[in-house]
Amino acid sequence: MAELSGKYLVGVYDDDDTVLHAVPKLRKAGVKIKEVYSPFPIHGLDEALGHPRTRIGIAAFMFGVTGCCCVLTLMIWTMGFDWPMIIGGKDPISIPNYIPITFEGTVLFTAFGMVITFFISNGLGPGTHFHPRFDVRATDNKFVMAIEMSRNSMSEEEIARALKDSGAEEVNIKQF
Amino acid sequence: MHVTSPVREPLIQGGKTYADVTEDICRHVEATPTKEWKIAFGLSLIVLAYGSVCLAWTWWEGLGVWGLNKTVGWAWDITNFVWWVGIGHAGTLISAILLLFRQKWRTSINRAAEAMTIFAVICAASFILMHMGRPWMAYWALPLPNAFGSLWVNFNSPLVWDVFAISTYFSVSLVFWYIGLIPDLATIRDRATSKVSKFMYGTFAMGWDGSAKTWARYEYISLILAGLSTPLVLSVHTIVSMDFATSVIPGWHTTIFPPYFVAGAIFSGFAMVQNLMLITRVVYKLEDYITLEHIETMNKVITLTGSVVGVAYITEFFIAWYGGVEYEYYAFFNRMTGPYWWAYWAMMTCNVISPQLFWSRKLRRNITFTFFISVVVNIGMWFERFVIIVTSLHRDYVPSSWSMFSPTRYDIGDYIFSFGLFFTLFLLFSKYLPVVNMAEVKAVLRSTSAQLPAKIAGVAKVRQRGTAEPVYNKDQE
Repeated sequence: MAELSGKYLVGVYDDDDTVLHAVPKLRKAGVKIKEVYSPFPIHGLDEALGHPRTRIGIAAFMFGVTGCCCVLTLMIWTMGFDWPMIIGGKDPISIPNYIPITFEGTVLFTAFGMVITFFISNGLGPGTHFHPRFDVRATDNKFVMAIEMSRNSMSEEEIARALKDSGAEEVNIKQF
Repeated sequence: MHVTSPVREPLIQGGKTYADVTEDICRHVEATPTKEWKIAFGLSLIVLAYGSVCLAWTWWEGLGVWGLNKTVGWAWDITNFVWWVGIGHAGTLISAILLLFRQKWRTSINRAAEAMTIFAVICAASFILMHMGRPWMAYWALPLPNAFGSLWVNFNSPLVWDVFAISTYFSVSLVFWYIGLIPDLATIRDRATSKVSKFMYGTFAMGWDGSAKTWARYEYISLILAGLSTPLVLSVHTIVSMDFATSVIPGWHTTIFPPYFVAGAIFSGFAMVQNLMLITRVVYKLEDYITLEHIETMNKVITLTGSVVGVAYITEFFIAWYGGVEYEYYAFFNRMTGPYWWAYWAMMTCNVISPQLFWSRKLRRNITFTFFISVVVNIGMWFERFVIIVTSLHRDYVPSSWSMFSPTRYDIGDYIFSFGLFFTLFLLFSKYLPVVNMAEVKAVLRSTSAQLPAKIAGVAKVRQRGTAEPVYNKDQE
């Protein structure tokens, strides 16, 4: 998580269904939700929050294509041009024999490229563990909704009431 | 959201809440090591130390300390390598293939199974280094420009494919496992009381906060990693089998090898998972998470893959006769009736007959019996590799070269080394990391837990009040 600043209202829910139902309701009421933090993935929550669909798959595909090209180039160049050798009476460049390593290289590049992209895009990495969080119970059994006050035109009381109405069991104020 | 029919038994028993899951799984991580753990760890360190001495001598003196001779040039080293790699297939199968098939029962066992995979592949890799004899030259297997002119590794050779397959498999499995660990490490970080554990778990949790955006990406990359790992896991043992199948040794040169090896790998891997989980669930009191249902399901997989292996043995034998190649026929006939007949029949009994006993529901759900059969299966799978490697080699084309193989204490000691390494690593894992994936278990808890009727009633109440649109069945998980 990136560094936080400003004043936040934090709604704490104790059920994944409640929070999932609360999101569209609050958004309809005009509350701008920053993010919801949960101990496990809740399907449909990112759509409900209006997050755009992740494009990490495109990145993964690009890494895969890169890996495939790199490994194939390495093999064709070494076996066919740099030191051509006839092995088993076959052409120095015999593509069928290169399929296994091409596949492994593609997988390797895709997996590592995608995971590194995942870390960077989420701001995850070593040395970030001291960043403040809204509620530590979000990794245990609570579902935490953060609302940034500076980005909302509604008053604090109104938002707090809306949060309570949507099923939040606690509403806390967090100042960074 | 997916609603499971109440006819099925819940995956997680004991009516657990989300907080209970955290509490139950974190308990052993946060507690000081128990006496039993210390004894087990001490024992595995002693085993590792003995193995290390044998290994050091193997490397110091050379491969002459093994029982190899000029006819049998591969024996326990490659047997052990294939055996460990095979065991290392279950974890990725459980985490990747079962994820794609939406088998939710995998959530209770995938963490430990993946850890087992990683440790088994480390053990397998140690035999690669051992059988090179000069492990400090292991980097010669990599495509590096070298000092002898620009002669490269032979990319046409399955042994070089193996280098790429095993290293890719190891690193991708490690990444997959670690990605799954991050949310759980964050849970432990947020509960940690001591400074050291706060720092350690905090560092490895990478600042995870569980935001909806992160979870969406997490699920997306898990799916892609599963999609990548599925063909990967199949390719690894396929390539291992090609180490044999592309040679012209009778008994190795068969096209059935890749599927037969893959089935055998899953077979032995599940048996090893079974062994480890049966102990872990009792030691860490996880009977509600790893239930009889899980054990039974794994036994069904063992029976299925055991049957595939059995069919492969019989097909191979049939083709050896039907194919009309006398060398091939002799190789198989010699396996059955030659001097290594006992190894062949041990393999047949352990791998073909014993898993068929699981057709009985009573035996399938019997924990002691399951443990026993799992051990038997792993013994059988070790013999399978021994039979394939040694009995195919020991009768050369020229009868004057015929010989037998008998292991020396260093063959045995190096095998013991791998056990010491495996159990040391697994014990460290099971103490310092959560053995069950908390986040994933919490995610399957609501649609499968014993509390489900109450949950559904709760949703119905919300609907009556008209406060929210229920989103059930809107997006199938």
